[in-house]
Amino acid sequence: MSKYINLSYRDALKSAIREALKNDERVFLMGEDVGHYGGAFAVSKGLLQEFGPERIMDVPLSESGFTGSGIGAALAGMKPIVEVMTVNFSLLAMDQIINNAATLLHMSGGQLNVPVVIRMGCGIGRQLAAQHSHSWEPFYAHVPGLIVLSVGTHEDARGMLLSALESPDPVILFEYTSMLNLEKEIPEDAGAVDIRQAKVLKQGKDLSLITYGTGVYKCLEAADILAGEGMDVEVIDLRVLRPMDEETFLTSITKTHRALVVEDAWRSVSISSEVAARIMEKAFYELDAPVERLCGVEVPIPYPKHLEDASVPQVYDIVEKVTKMLRP
Amino acid sequence: MIEFQMPSLGADMEDGTLVEWRKKPGDIIRRGDIIADVDTQKGLIEIEVFDEGILEKHLVMEGQKVPVGTVLALIKPLKEAKNVEVEKTEGEVPEKREELEIPHPIIEKKPMISREIEEKTEMPRIKISPLAKRIAEENKIDYSKIKGTGPEGSIVKGDIEKLMISMPQEAEVTEPEVAEPEVAEPEVKPQAPAWDALRMAIASSMSKSNKEIPHYYLEKRMNMSKAMDWLKERNRERPIQKRLLPVAILIKAVAKALDEVPDLNAVWEGSLQRKNEINIGFVVSLRSGGIVLPAILNADTKPVDEIMEILNDLIPRARAFKLRSSELGQSTFTITSIGEGGADKIFGLIYPPQVGIVGFGEISEQPVAEGGMLGIKPVIDVTLAADHRATDGLVGSRFLAALNKYLQNPDNL
Repeated sequence: MSKYINLSYRDALKSAIREALKNDERVFLMGEDVGHYGGAFAVSKGLLQEFGPERIMDVPLSESGFTGSGIGAALAGMKPIVEVMTVNFSLLAMDQIINNAATLLHMSGGQLNVPVVIRMGCGIGRQLAAQHSHSWEPFYAHVPGLIVLSVGTHEDARGMLLSALESPDPVILFEYTSMLNLEKEIPEDAGAVDIRQAKVLKQGKDLSLITYGTGVYKCLEAADILAGEGMDVEVIDLRVLRPMDEETFLTSITKTHRALVVEDAWRSVSISSEVAARIMEKAFYELDAPVERLCGVEVPIPYPKHLEDASVPQVYDIVEKVTKMLRP
Repeated sequence: MIEFQMPSLGADMEDGTLVEWRKKPGDIIRRGDIIADVDTQKGLIEIEVFDEGILEKHLVMEGQKVPVGTVLALIKPLKEAKNVEVEKTEGEVPEKREELEIPHPIIEKKPMISREIEEKTEMPRIKISPLAKRIAEENKIDYSKIKGTGPEGSIVKGDIEKLMISMPQEAEVTEPEVAEPEVAEPEVKPQAPAWDALRMAIASSMSKSNKEIPHYYLEKRMNMSKAMDWLKERNRERPIQKRLLPVAILIKAVAKALDEVPDLNAVWEGSLQRKNEINIGFVVSLRSGGIVLPAILNADTKPVDEIMEILNDLIPRARAFKLRSSELGQSTFTITSIGEGGADKIFGLIYPPQVGIVGFGEISEQPVAEGGMLGIKPVIDVTLAADHRATDGLVGSRFLAALNKYLQNPDNL
C-alpha cells in the first residue's frame, strides 16, 4: 500500500514540471510570465530559481511567435513545454499549432516529428468574462496530427505531462484554472499515466456519465448523490480527446445502455456531439434511451457569478438530468 | 412468393393500421377472401386478396400502422404449395381454422429473413429503444401492444423483460403447415375511425382538390318525368324493400354517359389518363358527420336492379364503417347527391385525381315550358364540376347532354 498525500491541482502540475525538468535536460518551460512572476497562476513559482533562465524562459506577449519557437525547438531535438497562459490566447497561435505542429510529420513524409507539449490554462468559473472563459477542446480535438489531453483529475495533473513529453507528436494539454486550488489525495508515488485511454472512475450499472475536464469531479459528486437515491451510474473521464478512446465508453454502454455526456464546451459541434455520434454508429442496438447531453449554454460566457454558473452544467443539473433519464 | 401489400384505398390514403389478421400462416387463400381488417381514416375496412396460395407468413403484426405498399404478408402461390394443400385439406377443415387467431408472440420461422424484410419495409412508429427492439426480436416478442415506461412513453428493455417474465413459454418454432390452433381472441369489433382522422382525411383531399384542380362548372336542369314514370312502372309489383330509388337510375345514366364521353372517366396525373372501367363512387354522408365514398364497380354494365341491390348493401355498411377494400379507392368518377328536402343544387369538389364530379339536387316539381306549353314536371338540377386541365367545357357539356338523353330514354339504360 502506497501512502496518499494531499495535493492541490496546482501543486500536482508543478511537481510534474519539476520532475520532467529533472529527468531530461532537453526539457524546458517557456511562456508568458512563467519565470520571474512564477506563472500567471503560480504553477511555475520557484522554478526559475531552481532551474535557471535557460530552462524557465519568459517570453514576450506573442503567442504565435513563441509557440512557433517552441515548435522549432522541438524540431531541433529539444523537448519544450510551451505554456500558453490561457486557451483564449491560443487562438493567436493556432496557425503555428495546426499548420506546423500538426502537419509537419505528414508534410515531410515522416521525416520530421514535432515532440512539443503545449499547456493551456482553460475553462470557466473564475469570472473572467466572455473573452477569457473559452472551452476550445473541440477546436483542437478536431485536428488530425495532434494529441489532445484533458486534465480532469489530480492524478492526471501529476502524470499527464510526463507521458506527453514521451510522445513523438505534438500534445495539447488542457489544464483547468478553476481547479487549481482544489486539493485531493493522490498516491505519494503517483507519476506518469497512460495517455491513450479513457478511464472509468466509478463503476455503475444504470447509466454512463461521460465527461472530461471540469465535468469529472462534478459527475463524481453527482454520482454520489444519485447513489443515495438508488441510482447506480458509471463515470467515465474521456481524458484523451484526440485520438478519442471510444472502446471504453462503448463497453460501458454495453453494460448500462444509457448515456449522458457532460461538458462545459458549447453544445454544437462539440466533444459531446462526437461521443453521441460514435455511440449511435457503434452501439445503436445497445441503447435503451436516446443519448443525452449537458453542455455549455450557447452564449458568450457571462461575467456575473450566477450567470456564469448557469452557463455550464452544474452538479444539480447532472443529478436532475440523470434522474429524469432513469425515472421518466 | 407473392407479396401481399397494404392496399391504397383512395389516393389520399397514406397508411393503415392492421387491426386483425383473418388468415394465419398455413391457411389456404382463395381469390376474394378477406385476409385482414385494416383501420384507415375511412373506417375499418375488410381487405380482400386477389391471389391464391397458402399464407406463408405475416410480416406486420396486429396493431401496427404501416404505409401503403408495405408488404403485409407473404403468400406461397398455389402451384408451389400444391402438395401442402392436398395434405391440409385432408387433414383439417379449413373453415374452422379460419376463425383461429394467430398466436402472439408471432412465431417467426426465419428471424433473419424477417429482419431483412423489415429493413426494406418501413416499420410503424412504435417508440421502442434500439436495445429493447433487439431483445424483442431475438426473443420473438410482439411489442406492438406494450405500453412503454421509458422517455416519451417509449418501450425500453425493462418493459420487454417484464413481458417475457409474465409470458408463458411458447413452443419452439412450429412448421406453418401444422401450426397449432391457439385460443381465439375475442373478435375485434368494427370501430369508427377516430373522428379527427376522418375529418383530416376529408380536409386534406378537399384542400388538395381546391388548391390544385382548376374546376369549371356546368349546370343543366333535366326533366325527370320519363325516368320517374319508368321507376313507378318498375316498382309497381315490387315489395317495398326491393323498390328502385331514383339514385339507382341516376347512377346508371351517369355511367352510360361516361361511356360516351370517356374523357371524364379518367384521372389527371400529369396528363389525362382514361380509365377502362367505369366505377361510380358516390358520396355517403355519415349521420355523425363526415363522408365516405364507396364505389359501384363497372356500373355501366350492371342493370339498374343490381345497382339498387348494391346500394342497399353498401350504404348501411358504409355508415357502419364496414366497407371492403375493393369497394373503396377504385372509383373513377364521383356522384354527389343532396337527397330529399335539401338544397336545390349541389356544386361538387372533384375527388383527386379524378377529373369530374356530378351533383344532383333534389327532384322537385317545377313549371316547365315544353312544346309551347307550360306544365308542372319533376325536374332535377344537375351540375358538373370538371378539371379544366383535363377537359374543356365542350366535353362537359357533351356529357350533360348524354346524361340527359339517357334520363329521357330510360328504356335504353
